[in-house]
Amino acid sequence: MDFEAVDFWGLDAELSEEEIQIRNAVRAMVDREVLPIIGKCFEEGHFPMHVIPVVAEMGLLGANLHGYGCPGIGEVAYGLVMQELERGDSGIRSFVSVQGSLAMYPIYTFGSDEQRQKWLPGMAKGEIIGCFGLTEPDFGSNPAGMRTYAVKASDRWVITGNKMWITNGNIAQVAVIWAGTEDGFRGFIVPTDTPGFRARLVEHKFSLRASVTSELILDNVEVPLDAVLPGVVGLKGALACLSAARYGISWGVVGSAMAVYDEALRYAKERVQFSKPIAGYQLVQEKLVEMLTEISKAQLVNLRMGRMKERGLLRPHHISFAKRNNVAMARRTAQLGREILGANGIMYDYQVGRHLCNIETVYTYEGTHDIHTLVLGKEITKIAAFE
Amino acid sequence: MKILVTAKRVTDPNAKIKLKSDKSGIQTDGLEYKPNPFCENAIEEALRLNETHGGEVVVVSIGPSDVQATIRTALAMGAHRGILVTGLDDHQMDSDLVARVFAELYKRERPDLFLLGKQAIDGDSNQVGQLLAEYLEIGQACFASKVEIHGSEAIVTREVDGGLEKIAVGMPAVITADLRLNEPRYASLPGIVKARKKSIDEIDIRSLGIDTHLKVETVAYEEPKTRGGGVTFVGGVDELVGKLKSEAKAI
Repeated sequence: MDFEAVDFWGLDAELSEEEIQIRNAVRAMVDREVLPIIGKCFEEGHFPMHVIPVVAEMGLLGANLHGYGCPGIGEVAYGLVMQELERGDSGIRSFVSVQGSLAMYPIYTFGSDEQRQKWLPGMAKGEIIGCFGLTEPDFGSNPAGMRTYAVKASDRWVITGNKMWITNGNIAQVAVIWAGTEDGFRGFIVPTDTPGFRARLVEHKFSLRASVTSELILDNVEVPLDAVLPGVVGLKGALACLSAARYGISWGVVGSAMAVYDEALRYAKERVQFSKPIAGYQLVQEKLVEMLTEISKAQLVNLRMGRMKERGLLRPHHISFAKRNNVAMARRTAQLGREILGANGIMYDYQVGRHLCNIETVYTYEGTHDIHTLVLGKEITKIAAFE
Repeated sequence: MKILVTAKRVTDPNAKIKLKSDKSGIQTDGLEYKPNPFCENAIEEALRLNETHGGEVVVVSIGPSDVQATIRTALAMGAHRGILVTGLDDHQMDSDLVARVFAELYKRERPDLFLLGKQAIDGDSNQVGQLLAEYLEIGQACFASKVEIHGSEAIVTREVDGGLEKIAVGMPAVITADLRLNEPRYASLPGIVKARKKSIDEIDIRSLGIDTHLKVETVAYEEPKTRGGGVTFVGGVDELVGKLKSEAKAI
């Protein structure tokens, strides 16, 4: 049965024909390549590697970047790509987010032309997988405390430190590593086969199981002087990457919520208890209405956010608003969907349980819900509550 | 090699179809359309043949201007340009008229191959390819599951009852695509962006000089009979056998 998307406010009328075509192409791909296998991948705890060449061939890696083999689509179209991928699974969307927004984007934005020529075409083709090392075991919400440090010698940089919760770490050929230096925080392009670089798989997760999560260990890793990203000094570089990724997350989780809602609505209409389908009972209707309402509001936020990004008007606090609101919405939606499905809601035959577990990761990665609350609090009051 | 290939739009097979109150057709307000899956197979094959043999792939369709979106999808997959014959709504066509329109396009474009889906999944008529070949007096190979080009011949494997039949047909020829011919590619993002700049010529049906009179008259549409409730038996085998004989008349 084909997925039916939520469009209560007729927002399709606000999209261009090209945006709709892009969305439909990714939706069809997810139907065919992701949904048939993703439950099993999640259960077995592995990332479906066969999806990489498919998404690369479609041009989904670094899709909103221009040149270097990237298609340069608009920001709303890019958001719709993220939405459709996460309708399949948060792990698939995370893979594409990390490759595009966290690995390719910093090379594209802060890299030299040589660095861009060297890395981006292969990354767009999915032949080179990237990861992003900012968070450390002891420094999550406070990245400025990071211990990873790079020392400049006459002809090289020497980097030492640990990075934690790194999506794609074990399958990456290149890592963008953020480290302190004498001059402030810098980003480094580090090939993962450099001596002293090690990735350790993070196992025993109950969330984002169809995604590779790693710890990166850098023990006196030596890279040439031109491995540093020349375009930025300070944390603002890393934070710009996070803004780009959070933008994608805000769209993505609406896809997750729409998958849950679609499944819950179908189930409620088919599942008969007592004398009628459970969709006919007030408590179930209240849940469905709550889901529909919150999904629709998040869609409105996303569309406005995307158009603002296209016009260069978007500021980080807008993205904090969207990430905070939309992920919390998707988390609540997954809970409600799982309630409607009753016992079936815990089974891999259905999607809600997988989305329910995945969103727990999305809720706290890329800036926790609470941190985004404080970002917005600071924006309103001009008083920082986290310093 | 120049290939004409069809891109028909069909109503979304998963949409709930409602009939007009006078039963003259289906309600089309708010209905979503998708490309006919067999046309997608034909388009994919045209693109693959083009990758090997070069030339041009021209996508053709008939219908109102918004059928451009269906053609655009094929252009996004990699076809070179499109032709849309306008002036007829979906319900103002039968297989014969469609075949005669395509025959006119054939005469204008002179392709080496005319590829079509074996049928559309809305009307399920399965006639256009065969009629088209007849009107053009050229060879046809319908229900293709494999197409190879050898010189001036197309070697086509056809799915027939109980097995496969391999035939050679001289070009130009009409070939209709079956489901197992290939797996259509996804439109890529660069393909979708490029498709925006590709041309779609609109040709008014009146300029083709074709008699648009239909040979098939649709009398009425009916909804399928709704399924009756099941019967539960609590008695023994004798009662069941009796009811199968007397009520169901199954034995």
